[in-house]
Amino acid sequence: MHADPKGVLTGVHFLDGDHACCEGALAAGARFAAGYPITPSTEVVERFAMRVPTVGGVFIQMEDELAASIAIQGAVWGGAKAFTVTSGPGFSLMMEHIGYAAMTETPCVFVDVQRGGPSTGLPTLPAQADMMQCRWGSHGDYEVIAVCPNSPQEAFDLTIQAFNFSEQYRVPVFVMLDECVGHMTEKVIIPEADQIDVYPRRKTTAKQGEYLPYKSNGDGVPDIAHAGEGHRFHMTGLTHDERGYPAMTVKVQDKLVRRLQTKITNAIEKITLFEAADLDGADAVVLSYGITSRVAQRAIELAHAKGLKVGKFRLITAWPFPDYKIQEIARTAKAIIVPELNLGQMSREVQRAANGACKVVPVPHAGGGVHNPEDILKAIEEAIR
Amino acid sequence: MAKGSVSIVVERCKACGFCVEFCPTKVLALSSAFNSKGYHPPHLVQPEKCSGCDLCGMYCPDFAIHGYKTDGKEAVPDAR
Amino acid sequence: MSAPAAVEVKAPINPVEPFLRMDRMPHIWCPGCGIGTTVNCFTRALIESKVDLKNLALVSGIGCTGRVAGYVKLDSFHTTHGRAIPFATGMKLANPKLNVVVYAGDGDLFAIGGNHLIHAARRNVDIKVICVNNLIYAMTGGQTAPTTPANVITATAPYGSFDPAFNLPALVEAAGAVYVARWTTFHVRQIARSMQEMFAKKGFGFIEILSPCPTLYQRRNKLGDGLDTMKYYKEKSKIKNGAPTSECALAKQGEIIVGKFVDREKPDYIELMRQHLANACPQFIDWYQVEEQRAEEAQDGGCCTQ
Repeated sequence: MHADPKGVLTGVHFLDGDHACCEGALAAGARFAAGYPITPSTEVVERFAMRVPTVGGVFIQMEDELAASIAIQGAVWGGAKAFTVTSGPGFSLMMEHIGYAAMTETPCVFVDVQRGGPSTGLPTLPAQADMMQCRWGSHGDYEVIAVCPNSPQEAFDLTIQAFNFSEQYRVPVFVMLDECVGHMTEKVIIPEADQIDVYPRRKTTAKQGEYLPYKSNGDGVPDIAHAGEGHRFHMTGLTHDERGYPAMTVKVQDKLVRRLQTKITNAIEKITLFEAADLDGADAVVLSYGITSRVAQRAIELAHAKGLKVGKFRLITAWPFPDYKIQEIARTAKAIIVPELNLGQMSREVQRAANGACKVVPVPHAGGGVHNPEDILKAIEEAIR
Repeated sequence: MAKGSVSIVVERCKACGFCVEFCPTKVLALSSAFNSKGYHPPHLVQPEKCSGCDLCGMYCPDFAIHGYKTDGKEAVPDAR
Repeated sequence: MSAPAAVEVKAPINPVEPFLRMDRMPHIWCPGCGIGTTVNCFTRALIESKVDLKNLALVSGIGCTGRVAGYVKLDSFHTTHGRAIPFATGMKLANPKLNVVVYAGDGDLFAIGGNHLIHAARRNVDIKVICVNNLIYAMTGGQTAPTTPANVITATAPYGSFDPAFNLPALVEAAGAVYVARWTTFHVRQIARSMQEMFAKKGFGFIEILSPCPTLYQRRNKLGDGLDTMKYYKEKSKIKNGAPTSECALAKQGEIIVGKFVDREKPDYIELMRQHLANACPQFIDWYQVEEQRAEEAQDGGCCTQ
């Protein structure tokens, strides 16, 4: 279905990533946000606080990130599309409720505008060091979806994508920005509302008394109901059966967590968005995401100018990780170069997926700034030699 | 004829004693019988004094008893 | 011997049963625990208030009292430890037609959840909080809670607690609640009446209900069983409606001041938000008015089901 025009600021704008992300959320139909101030993410909700009363919705600044990350889930079960926004230290505080969203299959979006860490770190400077935390930060076995915009335009587009994924798969979805993309101002084109596809919430059509909250459809995703619709259902974070009742047995646990996993992994080819170029015949492929992909682009151009056969693979979806694409690349390329603003996070995934079929060369950076394209070029040249 | 009576779900009772203690007209006492869990459920020892006030029902943490008004009519015994 | 009665009366169904998920009985609470008693009072209050059950959502925390959500046949949400109140806040803001009740224990609401409680009370969010206070962390085995009185032996205070304890009515009043009452599980009729009063009122309402925890609190301190505790409640409670909450502190086996302490009028959070934005925001679209219109048109509740 199409976006609600009330939330779509159609036109050509000059916005930073944070602001564009807010517009993406509004365009996707988000009408509830709860947040807590934390640099460099706060502008997303500041803009939402200003915009949403004119669109028709609610913003509430909660007392901490623990409250924000669960208030959005209460709002979802009350009937709204909801999201929250944070950075490293706040992201850490939200982990329990990320697990709760995964376990209860609550569709919601978490935006992390990554900054230098660990701990208070570099509040106003970029990093990409929350990538593994995004995947594994909460306890237990669960899957998530994460997208990595590399421009304000993508901050707009991929936030809409994030909401769509969350509704389709009933899973928390992460928009992994970084301080650079969040605070970089570029042209953002917001189309007409009827050009924007919005995935509708998968509401149950069951009659009252017949609704089973966690009975999965063929794709592993159950239909959802809201409070106040007469279904009188129960929802819990305890391991539960199809009725939503606590059922703490080995059998039920196995069935439940495997379904939470396979509903995502079975759809991996639909979920894993990426941008690839010049893979055929490439000696080296540079794999990158977020702001680093902009620097990597420069490095690849420099390599091409030297006559080197270098391909580009940009992760747009970071989680689930596209093992199948890496396996493809590793079969023919000599090396995959992985520059990131961390000391090696997604490079581990590349190493795992390549499984020795080719060299994997991390180009780490502790954060606080972006790579020098020459450093990435040097890594490419050494790897191909 | 009593103004009320009680209905007891014997299997749910955990013999906490609240209903016996707080019945205003001391209608109940724990019986010497026991349910499958080994608890002694209450039984009516002074049924004619029951007013059907349902205080027992409000106290019971196990939802095992409740009182009701009979308007002076005969109550069908209900202990299950 | 009396004449045979003309008509026989069969026992009606226990009024609590239509509110319970009977397929999940018996519940897990111990003999003599008072949580089930509070559920009876809750049921009676709902019946008397004629609350529309379709629009009633119950949100609970974690712990013995938190299990109430799983046993009541309502839209019920068993959330995370200490966070029922912010979940309830989000739910109420998304759909103000819902009556949102929070059912949680003393540790859940006042230790890990303390921050959320004071802020929701400060904002006067229109939610109703039922706090079953057994003065202990029961589910996890009987550890000290912020309400445990001094000199009480607990699993984490094997030599007896020396922590000062919270005075819940005083704390909640100071934070801004519009309705504050305390009863014990002995006061079943008063609990039901207080709940009824609270449901009829807009704003942040709070009822503390003292309850036995015979398995842990009473047993470790050789204070008898549930019935002994109920007798203590009966003997040592003093009903003092309107008492200053600062005088309502509890001590081990001491006097218990019960009653309704606070009943005041203040705009609730949604009222404040709508009034303020209507005045201050030039292009304000009142989301709730829009939703009411949409609901009337489509007979389809909730927003953003687009």
